[in-house]
Amino acid sequence: MPNTSANSYWKANIKLVLSLLCVWFFVSFVCGILLVDVLDTIRLKGFKLGFWIAQQGSILTFIALILIYIREMDKLDSQYKQASSNDTEGEVK
Amino acid sequence: MSVQMWTYLFVFLSFGLYIGIAIWSRAGSTKEFYVAGGGVHPVANGMATAADWMSAASFISMTGLISFLGRDGTFYLMGWTGGYVLLALLLAPYLRKFGKFTVPDFIGDRYYSQSARLVAVFCAIVISFIYVCGQMQGAGIVFSRFLEVDVTTGVIIGMAIVFFYAVLGGMKGITYTQVAQYCVLIFAFMVPAIFISIMMTGQVIPQIGFGSELVDGSGYLLDRLDGLSQELGFATYTEGQRSTQDVFFITAALMFGTAGLPHVIIRFFTVPNVRDARRSAGYAMIFIAILYTTAPTVAAFARTNLINSVSNAEYSAMPDWFGKWETTNLISFDDKNNDGKIQYLGDAERNELTVSADIMVMANPEIAGLPNWVVALVTAGALAAALSTAAGLLLVISTSVAHDMLKRTFMPSITEKQELLSARLSILVAVLIAGYVGMNPPAYVAQVVAFAFGLAAASFFPAIVLGIFQKKMNKQGAISGMMAGFIFTASYIIYFKLLNPAASTANNWLFGISPEGIGTLGTLVNLCFAYAISKFTPDPPDDVQELVETIRLPGEA
Repeated sequence: MPNTSANSYWKANIKLVLSLLCVWFFVSFVCGILLVDVLDTIRLKGFKLGFWIAQQGSILTFIALILIYIREMDKLDSQYKQASSNDTEGEVK
Repeated sequence: MSVQMWTYLFVFLSFGLYIGIAIWSRAGSTKEFYVAGGGVHPVANGMATAADWMSAASFISMTGLISFLGRDGTFYLMGWTGGYVLLALLLAPYLRKFGKFTVPDFIGDRYYSQSARLVAVFCAIVISFIYVCGQMQGAGIVFSRFLEVDVTTGVIIGMAIVFFYAVLGGMKGITYTQVAQYCVLIFAFMVPAIFISIMMTGQVIPQIGFGSELVDGSGYLLDRLDGLSQELGFATYTEGQRSTQDVFFITAALMFGTAGLPHVIIRFFTVPNVRDARRSAGYAMIFIAILYTTAPTVAAFARTNLINSVSNAEYSAMPDWFGKWETTNLISFDDKNNDGKIQYLGDAERNELTVSADIMVMANPEIAGLPNWVVALVTAGALAAALSTAAGLLLVISTSVAHDMLKRTFMPSITEKQELLSARLSILVAVLIAGYVGMNPPAYVAQVVAFAFGLAAASFFPAIVLGIFQKKMNKQGAISGMMAGFIFTASYIIYFKLLNPAASTANNWLFGISPEGIGTLGTLVNLCFAYAISKFTPDPPDDVQELVETIRLPGEA
């Protein structure tokens, strides 16, 4: 069954992408836009929190998300390569 | 040395560098011409993507817009960076694995249809062309203000430079000049920002100065700015004025649009493999974030500085820069109460000063009294931003014509040499038309540029994402979705921006969404059509479903 590892790779990939996109949506749309006035009541030195997330924090989060994605996908890729080379052992490819 | 001399020096040196790189990186094959041979290092591709992406609008206009919009300006910041997350997670790795040259290539092969390919070619050309005209116009303005040549000469110089390295080197030349242009533009943006941050808050890093106390002892920068705004009757800087749903929709439209812009997507075809495509999206995000986290700080510094220097000041005692910008009509003063002083107020009846958003970056170093070489640096940076984006867009137009229309559709028998020649000829034609539009700008070009995003969001973004994540999506669904999204978005924008601008108020807008944000709804229209129609039409053939399986897996393309 050469397809099992391919399927689980794709499922793990979807799960990773969806969870990262949840954070993406939460930080930018929920904190940066929908709840911005509520968060603005919290102050961090010279910044109102909502304003800071909207103009600085969201962008820093985006960088972190992509870096996590790169790292996790590299791991997933090497796992998949091992699994698929076990799958196809003895077959001529 | 005077500002003028420094400007000539910087522009001359940077252009010399671009031409040198172009000669060094001539393209010999279509693969080199379209995707730089597919061997670009991810860091270099990250820089090139960042320069490709950051246009004259990002460099010149965005900071000024944020300066006047305050917190509402956030939609530019989050919209134009958040799209990279979508690009990195949903598009770049799969399109690289697919391993062809252009976006219409993917649409045409994935949806096994020449009509799908042609619809994609049409969308790509319209989007890129609207966008490139804006760049040419931007370059023309910069030339005319700083080199004191007229706009026509300015546009011709810009055209000649872009034409030279785009025609000679194709994607290869463009990639390596974009790397140089990124360095020039980020340096030119950061130096004045750091200077002003030190001057106003004593902090070297502008992002920290943004939240620090002012050195003159008047409290935190943002509190001071809020206070000044209220005193003069402007909206409070850190509070929003637009409706929440409008900000939400504009942000989403800019994000989806960013992820669907063909000139950005094709940059990911130039790296060696899938792993490097992911990496270069990460580098691009970091390189872009340097400018995008600095821009809101410059916006706040420049706004505070502007108010402090002009409010209630004697008109006759204004420094040099004021008069210089007055001659370009980007600043205008009308002494309504004849007291000889400048009243800069939120109340339109009594306000005597109008300042164009476009000059906030350009005039900021002069307003702050920075050294001449810093003022001159901004010119070189703005030109680098305009030219690098223009080159990337021209390449999309040229590949769409030479590769997608001629080679893949109408004249499949042409040789590689002929294809390369037609790619070069189509750049020539595109440069000439864009230059003509840049010299005789129709009043609406600047506004329309932002709408290239709406169109990209409503046409390409859903079609590509569905093509990767929905194996059963078929050609009927994709084509009707792209057409419905494109037509819906284009008609909404054309109606409110061109035909009946007077009616463009929140009451008349659909669900209170401005034309800037309508692309989000266009994306949804596209998705609904695609799903509904694909349910009633046959599934895609087996070999296409297999193609989708392959691009989902890692491994060499």
